[in-house]
Amino acid sequence: MIAAIGGFVVPHIEYTAILPELILLGVAIIVMTVASLSSRPFPAGLWAGVTAAAGAASLGAAWYMSNQVNSRGPHTTIAGAIAVDGYSEFFLVVLSIAVILGALVADNFLRREGLDGPEFYVLAMVSAAGAMFMSVANDLIVVFLGLETLSIALYVLAGYNARRRESHEAALKYFVLGSFSSAIFLYGVALTYGATGSTNLARIGAFLAGNVLVSNGVLLGGLALLIVGLGFKVAAVPFHSWSPDVYQGSPTPVTGYMAAAAKAAGFAGLLRVLFSAFGLMRADWQPIITVLAAVTLVVGAVLAVVQTDIKRLLAYSSINHAGFVLVGLAAASAAGLSGSLFYLLVYTFMVIGSFGVVTLVGRTGDARHRLDDYRGLARERPIVAAVFALLLLAQAGVPFTTGFLGKFYVIAAAVDARSYPLAILAILSAVVGAFYYLRVVLLMYSDPLPAAGRAEGVALPPGTALVLVLASLFTVAFGLVPGPIVDFAHRATLLF
Amino acid sequence: MIPVSTASGGFPFPILPAIVIAPAIAAVLLFFLPRGRPGLAKAVGIGASLVTLGLALAMAVRFETGQPGYQFVVSHSWIPAFGVSWKLGVDGISVFLVAVTAVLFPVAIAGPRTGEDPKGYMAWMLLLEAACLGSFLSLDLFLFFLFFELTLPPMYMLIGKWGFENRSYAAIKFFIYTFAGSALMLIAMLALVFIDARSTGVVTFDLIANTTAQHVSSGIGAVLFLGFAAAFAVKIPVFPFHTWLPDAQVEAPTGGSMVLAGVLFNLGTYGLVRFCIELFPRASVDLAPLMLTLGAVGIVYGFLVAVVQTDLKRMIAYTLVADLGVVVVGLFGLTTQGISGGVYQMVNHGVSMAAMFLLIGMVVDRLGTRQLTAMGGLQARTPILAAVFIVVTLSIVGVPGLNGFVGEFVMLLGTFLTHRWWAVAAAVGMVLSALVFLWAYQQVFHGRPTAHAAGVAVADLGWRELAAVAPLVFLIVLLGVYPRPFFERINPSATRVVAHVGQVTGQYPPAVAEGARP
Repeated sequence: MIAAIGGFVVPHIEYTAILPELILLGVAIIVMTVASLSSRPFPAGLWAGVTAAAGAASLGAAWYMSNQVNSRGPHTTIAGAIAVDGYSEFFLVVLSIAVILGALVADNFLRREGLDGPEFYVLAMVSAAGAMFMSVANDLIVVFLGLETLSIALYVLAGYNARRRESHEAALKYFVLGSFSSAIFLYGVALTYGATGSTNLARIGAFLAGNVLVSNGVLLGGLALLIVGLGFKVAAVPFHSWSPDVYQGSPTPVTGYMAAAAKAAGFAGLLRVLFSAFGLMRADWQPIITVLAAVTLVVGAVLAVVQTDIKRLLAYSSINHAGFVLVGLAAASAAGLSGSLFYLLVYTFMVIGSFGVVTLVGRTGDARHRLDDYRGLARERPIVAAVFALLLLAQAGVPFTTGFLGKFYVIAAAVDARSYPLAILAILSAVVGAFYYLRVVLLMYSDPLPAAGRAEGVALPPGTALVLVLASLFTVAFGLVPGPIVDFAHRATLLF
Repeated sequence: MIPVSTASGGFPFPILPAIVIAPAIAAVLLFFLPRGRPGLAKAVGIGASLVTLGLALAMAVRFETGQPGYQFVVSHSWIPAFGVSWKLGVDGISVFLVAVTAVLFPVAIAGPRTGEDPKGYMAWMLLLEAACLGSFLSLDLFLFFLFFELTLPPMYMLIGKWGFENRSYAAIKFFIYTFAGSALMLIAMLALVFIDARSTGVVTFDLIANTTAQHVSSGIGAVLFLGFAAAFAVKIPVFPFHTWLPDAQVEAPTGGSMVLAGVLFNLGTYGLVRFCIELFPRASVDLAPLMLTLGAVGIVYGFLVAVVQTDLKRMIAYTLVADLGVVVVGLFGLTTQGISGGVYQMVNHGVSMAAMFLLIGMVVDRLGTRQLTAMGGLQARTPILAAVFIVVTLSIVGVPGLNGFVGEFVMLLGTFLTHRWWAVAAAVGMVLSALVFLWAYQQVFHGRPTAHAAGVAVADLGWRELAAVAPLVFLIVLLGVYPRPFFERINPSATRVVAHVGQVTGQYPPAVAEGARP
């Protein structure tokens, strides 16, 4: 109990439970302090290295906690506001990976664009910590705190390339719509609190289990607003309109990081809120999520077809991917939940790797993102083209990649839950998806245009190369031997 | 229960995984080869496909006759959480399809001229080979689906990068059609597995377990049957799901056309036997008239449309719709003869059609056009090419002594026992086949050379081309005059399938046609 009679009682704080967040926040503060105290320039790549190391440390901490949960069982801590369960640790692992990969891609980009500095990495680490708090939160207030920490850092990151007008526009758009959705979310929290008397997810669940609401309009309103607020973060249709513009305008490494981390965090919040707090109201939210999933799948896939800009194309395709994750959620079953988590894990690698390639092909100025810029890439840079082809094919769901398994997992859950129409819709949207992914692949492998503005070649710096290797290795290796990550997703169960 | 033998057949290593993995490894190796060595890439491609051929032939030779069940079975748990295992096995139905696949790929790789970037071409071809072989050998629904889907990206790239003028459109059409078809199969497959799991309590994608389970009611079974049939009907392709075929077949490079005609269509017909009929016997019996009708309509339609084509490749492509319709009619007679003959005809058709497209590739390369109106008079200028062409033509139209006759005869005999009028329709349709092919031959080889044809210098078959087409002609004759060793291996498994259908439905096909004896 935080507010005891007669004063403020500090709850027992189990620091290991939030160790990954503390590591990232701590390193962020140290980096900021050190960088501001010293006037001399720092060696290039230092901050990226520090960030990647911090990500690795938080990955280690998350892995340690994950094993703890396995052996000792899940629990809540810090006055019930933080859940320590397989689900939390799963997302901590995913987000740590996103930080590491994101920092490695950003390093070269920032140096190339002359933007290198500690601020970028500080913001990335802070946003990751916010995302992590969303995943471990067992209280709507903590979800909101995490959401805001994540979002505010991302608003700034989206506008990080101050020299590009598009970057400004992206930041402003993201900020306005993002604040709006945060407000909606907060209003949802308030209504839920009004209806149930608590913001704690476990206690909301317990209240709903123990009481029958005669008129539950307020509660339903709260639930709906919560879904809208988080649906915005994951770019579910019809709350997606910001994402193509923001994805297109943001610096490319930020887009990749955002697509992975913000989406994962949004889903982490959404899934836990719906399952833990509103598990008993499944009959109310399942149809909503089913419709959201269907619309998201279709709109994402269909609008991606007509894009001529790779970043917009990937933005719409990422909307389609969000639809797949929602399919798992719409099944409202344990299998669906682990399917959604599995999808987010494999998507993290695919999307950061893909945007890594887009960063390279964008070249200095970060402007060459037309699909035609990919024509003949295979001749110029066979390895980069092959990696991109692999990652795109994986996103399309080609067998023996993790992308296929992710789609299979959620569709299997939908079929098991007997929602056949949604399953068929999902797989048909994958057919459409294959169309636009393959088009890019074919472009890369067709003949280059007669040398027009081909002065600058596509460079492959070591940091990005490492990301591409990691992403493709993960995608293929676990596509061939999926056992370990399937088990990992399987173990990521919720406490309640 | 289907008998399963896990005996290694005397091989010191698991032979079936080796057959699948050998081309896949070579495809990956090719990726790491240096770019500027086209000769080396070709050597690796041909070498790997020949190694695979050796393994497949060794497997076919060691295959025990008189065994209805699966042989050389290997099974490893793969994704236990989904009940998926890496399970491969071969029976009489798949053994020759594997063998003919392994024969056709080296020919398709080495025979036609490869265009630019031989490294990529070889790599995609080998990946396609691995996927096709894997599909024929999988005894796990999930694994089958993986391999079945894995055939799409390589074929897409082969058409889209190495094809003719209109290749992008054709490649995308091919991909979207077949992918959409298999999408329905995936849903049907999952539904089947979960329905069986509700009765047995075990989620498993094992083909044999699901074949034996038979827990679906007849109504749901029919829906699931249609889900599977959709994938195969698009792949085969059965009328009216064939519209992607002429485009893909015309635009594909010669090697791709050969593989499409010789191997990929077999995947569809094979799927009908292995999955539609074996998994859903009751629905197969109930829906046989539908499948038979689609097949029969396809026969007549395919030949009629073929006759009016002016593009040589497109003309032959339409005959594929008809020929494959014949196989569907054979299979859905649901008799031992029909299924045996159907499988035999898949092998025949694969060999003959691959040879046909190889020869067409040679004609088109020489004349620089696919238009029949611009051809003519080749017989006098290239007598060897003409001779080989006529042999292959006769084999396809079913002249006795060559392979086509044997398969079609046995197959239609089987269908005649149970569905007489469809067999009659099919037989009548096949008369049209002779019309189309002889008409094509006449236009290409007889008469005077047109102005265009006379204007280009043509050489007769070189030794490399002869070497490529020789094994196919050899098989055409062998399959035509000495079918016994093949039927000895196919028959027991075909009998098993028919017995399984009988067991589940209680309907056994008559041994002779009704009213044939007093």
